[in-house]
Amino acid sequence: MNRTLRLKTPLSEMEIRRLKVGDIVYLSGIIVTARDAAHKRMLDLVEAGKPLPINLRGFPIYHCGPLVRMEDGRWIVLAAGPTTSMRMEPLESVAIEKLGVRMVIGKGGMGKKTADAMARFGSVYGAFTGGAAILAARHVTRVVDVKWLDLGVPEALWVLEVKGFGPLIIAIDSHGNNLFGEVNERAWERYRFALQESGEA
Amino acid sequence: MRVEEIVEDVAARLLRLAVVKLPSDVKRAIERAYREEENPLGKAQLQAIIENIRLAEELERPICQDTGLITFYVRAGADFRGLDRVELSLKRAVKKATRQIPLRPNAVNPFTQQNSGNNVGRLLPYVKWDIVPGEHLEITAFPKGGGSENTCTLAMLSPSVGVEGLKRFVVESVLKAGGMPCPPTIIGVGIGGGADISMDLAKAALLRPLNKPNPDPWIADLEHQLYREINALGIGPMGLGGKFTTLAVKVSYAYRHPASYPVAVAFQCWAARRASARIHMDGSVEYLTHKVEEA
Repeated sequence: MNRTLRLKTPLSEMEIRRLKVGDIVYLSGIIVTARDAAHKRMLDLVEAGKPLPINLRGFPIYHCGPLVRMEDGRWIVLAAGPTTSMRMEPLESVAIEKLGVRMVIGKGGMGKKTADAMARFGSVYGAFTGGAAILAARHVTRVVDVKWLDLGVPEALWVLEVKGFGPLIIAIDSHGNNLFGEVNERAWERYRFALQESGEA
Repeated sequence: MRVEEIVEDVAARLLRLAVVKLPSDVKRAIERAYREEENPLGKAQLQAIIENIRLAEELERPICQDTGLITFYVRAGADFRGLDRVELSLKRAVKKATRQIPLRPNAVNPFTQQNSGNNVGRLLPYVKWDIVPGEHLEITAFPKGGGSENTCTLAMLSPSVGVEGLKRFVVESVLKAGGMPCPPTIIGVGIGGGADISMDLAKAALLRPLNKPNPDPWIADLEHQLYREINALGIGPMGLGGKFTTLAVKVSYAYRHPASYPVAVAFQCWAARRASARIHMDGSVEYLTHKVEEA
């Protein structure tokens, strides 16, 4: 049976270390969206030793480019499902190490480099159902801030206040387990076995 | 109304229908997958998907925040008057839909990385023309998300690998894609022609209704074999495990060059958005994929 937990951001290392692959988490507090271009800019700043416009220590990064509308001078989030996390694979380990990101939320899973950084520095990956953008937007209570709009709406850093944001399936924990990796390895094994059976290998 | 106004109005409606409401064949395939999925994590993903589809219809909002890169497939009757103005009307429709629905601005200059802000840019929206006999104009709006687009593959295989070789390439493409294209996906496979022709065929195969078997029994059998082999991998909904990695496999082919054996695999996410309508010369409009109450 999968455990269900309700957590508040910022997240402590202890809370994160308790989580195991297969746990289901609902988040409340602040989460920050960042995709390809935002990751690149964040890491350029880290390299240059310059500060970020937002302190991410203890907070989740959400791989998401939301669909938004301005109403009466306020941003409204209409749809905000996750984007494919694997694109951020080359950069995410640095964000975890240098910026203290405690959770990465996205879809499709991430690779070894990120999983290693999560084990080392205490962070987890939470999978949200890809395409379930309205379910996600329903849990966004407010747009607190937005930075780097010059990157375009999908690529900007959206600082979102969320309530009961989930279900997030913990798919990489801080103990070296990677659910997507396991599913994928088994899939390759099944494929190779089927080839052998048909005398193809 | 003039022809260009009708085309603009219909295209904008089609975009709204496409991004808000999935065609009924796609919904039925997802519901069936939910009923039959046994893996609890995979089943939970399908449950969230079904709930999201319902909310999108209820709130009249786009199903997914990625409202895609927009292609229009146009089947133009040779005797339809005003064809020279159709592309301009489609561009106008995209700008209008982007503002009104709204759609996420998804057109980016590949050199400056600037987002145009209105989903229009060089060659966007992309228009695929097909000239057919008759006096009507059939338009299909096909907004396709980036996640499933990024896992599309093309191989110029050696003809000696044969049908078994092409099947291996398709299944390995699905293995490499894993959870990234938002499974359960629809998979279009284009075989033969040149590199461009095979990918064209693979993409166009994604427009076929899921519930209609291929009229060519040999191709129908190949589709079924690929469907079985892909769903035996256990990648499952969103790559979290389960027996529904794909909802349907659709194969199209052209004859090939003796030296070439091109195979293209086009992935479509579960949010398989498409909407079609036929405009007649008298200005009347038939919606083909969705029920429309007032048109």
